[in-house]
Amino acid sequence: MGPFALRRLLLLLPQALGIATLIFVLFRLVPGDPATIVAGPGATQEQIETLRRDLGLDRPLWAQYVRFLGDLARGDLGTSLSLRQPVTQVLAARLGPSAALMAASLALTVILAVPAGVAAAVRPHSAAAQAVMGASVLALSIPNFLLGMILMQYLSVRWRLLPAAGTGGLAFLVMPTLAIAARLVALVSRTTRASVMEILGEDFVRTARAKGLAPRVVLYRHALRPALPPIVTMIGLQAGYLLGGSIVVETLFAYQGLGQAMITAVSLRDYFLVQGITLLYVVGFLLVNLAVDLSYAAFDPRIRYA
Amino acid sequence: MRRRLRRLLRVPAIVGGAALVAVYLAAGLLAPWLTPYDPDEQDLLAALQPPSRAHWLGTDDLGRDLASRTIAAARIDLAVVVVGILLAMVIATPVGVLAGFVGGRTDRALMTVSDAALTFPSLVLAVVLVSLFGAGLRSVILAVALTAAPALARLIRSLVLQTAHLEYVDAARALGAGSGRLLARHVVPNIAGRVIVYTTLMGSYAMLTVTALGFLGLGVQPPAAEWGNMLATTRTYLGTAPWLLAAPGAAIVGFIFGLNLLGDALRDLFDPKLLWRP
Repeated sequence: MGPFALRRLLLLLPQALGIATLIFVLFRLVPGDPATIVAGPGATQEQIETLRRDLGLDRPLWAQYVRFLGDLARGDLGTSLSLRQPVTQVLAARLGPSAALMAASLALTVILAVPAGVAAAVRPHSAAAQAVMGASVLALSIPNFLLGMILMQYLSVRWRLLPAAGTGGLAFLVMPTLAIAARLVALVSRTTRASVMEILGEDFVRTARAKGLAPRVVLYRHALRPALPPIVTMIGLQAGYLLGGSIVVETLFAYQGLGQAMITAVSLRDYFLVQGITLLYVVGFLLVNLAVDLSYAAFDPRIRYA
Repeated sequence: MRRRLRRLLRVPAIVGGAALVAVYLAAGLLAPWLTPYDPDEQDLLAALQPPSRAHWLGTDDLGRDLASRTIAAARIDLAVVVVGILLAMVIATPVGVLAGFVGGRTDRALMTVSDAALTFPSLVLAVVLVSLFGAGLRSVILAVALTAAPALARLIRSLVLQTAHLEYVDAARALGAGSGRLLARHVVPNIAGRVIVYTTLMGSYAMLTVTALGFLGLGVQPPAAEWGNMLATTRTYLGTAPWLLAAPGAAIVGFIFGLNLLGDALRDLFDPKLLWRP
């Protein structure tokens, strides 16, 4: 795994450059120039021109690109126009709550979905297994913001168990986490069931059973580990959902994370803040994919990389 | 052909899912004739009324009939999803076929572009696109198409790669069939079924995107009724008017449920090994 991990890590450099370029292209070449967007609808032509000069947007594209990369390398993402502070400061303040929300959602997914999927695989025709599968189909059909509103309706408005909105202690984390995790739990439990069922049909499992090992030992010592790669793949495939889901759910619950900041920034036309948050999301996505790639090698001894 | 259809009709999930989706399509197409009231007509004296005989799903904060708005929204939501996915297919099919069939430098160039788009979480890309192009119907369609197209292009490419070297295609090539004929007669018909299966699953994900954008206030703009923007209003009245949640919520869940049922069952039939999901 050593050389593979190293190669994969070295690949991060060109990937980071690619991402920076992509963000630049997306934010500069799309119709409607930044100066007009930043200045807002009420600005005069003169104000827009001044702003364009201040932001360096009157210079040729390649010069803007070089300046953009230089600023990025120095950790300068510009200034948030609505909050009047450096974008990096806003990102630093908002990253923690979002990371906590995503980590909680992932943890809940693993804690609920893997045992449920294993149980459904061991006794595929039991009522419990049918219930798990049925619930997962339903969970996949509910958008996270709708589930969040239903939770809000019952847990905070009617029963007054949890705060409806805001950021703070664990109580504020419960409903957003449930709203995001439902889809993940559904997908991961289905994948776990399919994967464990497939492994339980393999020859080495039959051999382990034949030599008289207890079913528990066969399941946990022999079958579970080779069943993990598809599960990790599914979690990796849903990383995009996890990041995107935080935008909607944070907005619903007025949870002070990156997603909520992004939507506020979009509505206030805070151009550089939108750009900075986008950059952070894409980098986060890249790192999750890296972690998934690295974990394959750790989980399945048969996997070798050239 | 008829035998294949009969095989499909024996799977209850396919029949049920297709029926449910058909109901939505019919509601969307016939919306102007089905709505009991004008969906945009306000009656402030009848605002926020619970379900009654006159308004069987209740009224919203501006006194508009919720049943009518939910049906009218079906027309817009389904149109956005269908047009968005069709647009994604129009973009992705030539890209995927070209990349898979020609290979080499063309393949690498096209896949670099699609991989670049795939470095964005899809909702993040949708929000960025909508914020740059301005909220509204056209931006949402564009966001659906551009978030779905890269993954679709990759799928089509891999299907073409699998198919282009099957024995019967090689045989046709040996018999002197040109590239155009090979593609049109042998490769594309072979993969079309599976592509349609993927697009049904993409449709359900696209609906999640469209309603999420609507909910965030970046999608289809009020006063036009759209399930997502209807739910955004609901948020203010959760304590006082919970019925606002029921109609658009159930409409979204039913549609996605039907499409998932159909898509998953078709996928199990066509491509049981596939793990992929948008």
